Amino acid sequence: MQPHEVEQAAIRRGTMRRWLLSAPALVIIFLASFGPLFVMLAFSVLEKGDYGGVKPWTFSFDGWANVFFQHDIFTGELGFADAHLSIFWRSVRLSIITTALTLVLGFPTAYFIATRPRKTREIWVFLVTIPFWTNLLIRTFAMQEVIRNEGVINTVAMRLGMISEPIQIMYTDWAVLFGMTYVYLPLMVLPLYASMEKLDFRLVEAAYDLYANRFKVLRRIILPLTKPGIIAGSILVFIPSLGAYVTPRVLGGGKNMMLGNLIGLQFGKGNNWPLGAAISITLMVVVMVALLIYVRATARAGGDDRGR
Amino acid sequence: MFSFFALYLPMALLVVYAFNAGDSLALWEGFSLRWFVSAWQNDTVQDATIRSVIIAVCAAVLATSAATMAALATTRTRPYRGQTLTYALINQPLMIPEIVTAVALLIVFSRIKVWTDYSGLGYLIAAHTAFCVPFAYLPIRARLESMDLSLEVAAADLYATPWKAFRYITLPLLRPGIIAGFMLAFVISLDDVVITEFVKSGGQDTLPTYMLGQLRRVVTPEINAIATVFLAFSVVIVTAFFLMTRKKT
Repeated sequence: MQPHEVEQAAIRRGTMRRWLLSAPALVIIFLASFGPLFVMLAFSVLEKGDYGGVKPWTFSFDGWANVFFQHDIFTGELGFADAHLSIFWRSVRLSIITTALTLVLGFPTAYFIATRPRKTREIWVFLVTIPFWTNLLIRTFAMQEVIRNEGVINTVAMRLGMISEPIQIMYTDWAVLFGMTYVYLPLMVLPLYASMEKLDFRLVEAAYDLYANRFKVLRRIILPLTKPGIIAGSILVFIPSLGAYVTPRVLGGGKNMMLGNLIGLQFGKGNNWPLGAAISITLMVVVMVALLIYVRATARAGGDDRGR
Repeated sequence: MFSFFALYLPMALLVVYAFNAGDSLALWEGFSLRWFVSAWQNDTVQDATIRSVIIAVCAAVLATSAATMAALATTRTRPYRGQTLTYALINQPLMIPEIVTAVALLIVFSRIKVWTDYSGLGYLIAAHTAFCVPFAYLPIRARLESMDLSLEVAAADLYATPWKAFRYITLPLLRPGIIAGFMLAFVISLDDVVITEFVKSGGQDTLPTYMLGQLRRVVTPEINAIATVFLAFSVVIVTAFFLMTRKKT
């Protein structure tokens, strides 16, 4: 064998071994996460079964058609599926507002942490991390303590005489909004902090020395330099918000559903698996597009950094 | 500062009401441990807790082993063909909304259930293992990347077999990363609601799905008591994780 052939054989063996080492992880994910998505794709074009499930080998595009259209129960005419469209719209709207609210709350928080002395910073980050790793259901349930009729907001407002009767917040869109903002806030703070930690605060001081006011410093120095963190945080909050299931179910009750609950419903009481599969795929595509935008945006932001 | 107040106030209230002597969540009627006792004596809660722990231990062990091997394969010096694909696949569970994975698994497992007639905990363990892999993988990979490879090379120079070099050099150095990965996987599995809710067969409630089911009924502070213990446990694990990863860097 020629020397380069020996080397090539060694590389091949190396590659082979790496594949073998990765195999268990890849097999697990393929069987219990990635693969099932394709089975779901197949289910979305089958005819729905009479008692849940589907009729095997009976193809039908009803599932997909039902995402946006429905037959009127009384006249049989084809119209837009208003209920679905309103749930789509609610999900997108609440997710966007949640992202905005977490940004408004998270930005000063991240700034606060980043401006602490190095030693205490770690402790503040840790304090954000704890809720991040705490059970989402428990945090959602904890939010109930604040917003229910006998909760903190209503009790305090009544004591202060601002209101005479409790405001109904639970089981409204507001409850879902508050809940999602609360549970996803750490997802915004952590990446924001990561990018703010790298920010050179001498630039901020320099700007003040050059008579920039606070607003100008924020707009011209801090915001552009922390853009990667803002984008990362927004996408990290937006994606789980759009697919949220637990928070709308606990705080929104049965009426204020979001896409996640609509999907869940089709596999439960709704008994329309093809429709549920079709909505799931729609949701997944939206998320993929959001991720693609994110990758593009961070690639550009990264390029800016190098150019500087 | 407001954010920290906002982050902790609801959880603090939840804990406080767990010690309420009264029957309702609304009125404070004095301090009592009765709800902790009643939760402790509740058979359904006991079963759900045991089930949660069994699933979390199995899933964390499997996910950590698979993730360690995958991390060893993907972090060594030379990039190889298929590496990007491996990365993408390992992180795939993080990219898909949980509810989508949940119903996709429901579809697949319902078929398998019909074919094999098996309806044990295996489905839940498989599902949990899959979404735990990326969480176990991250700290292990981080540890491997910051590791000095010269010791391993030295071992090879001294005629250690690859297995011996791994056993006596790589593994001990990697141990903190593996433990950290295991703890994350364990907490992630223990916390899961959505996937478990859709994958589980009848009577297979875990602690989170049990709580979710209870929230639809009249809620007593017993739920608060369960949540408080759960919360305390998570805080302990996360603190341990934090201290461990901090000391080593």
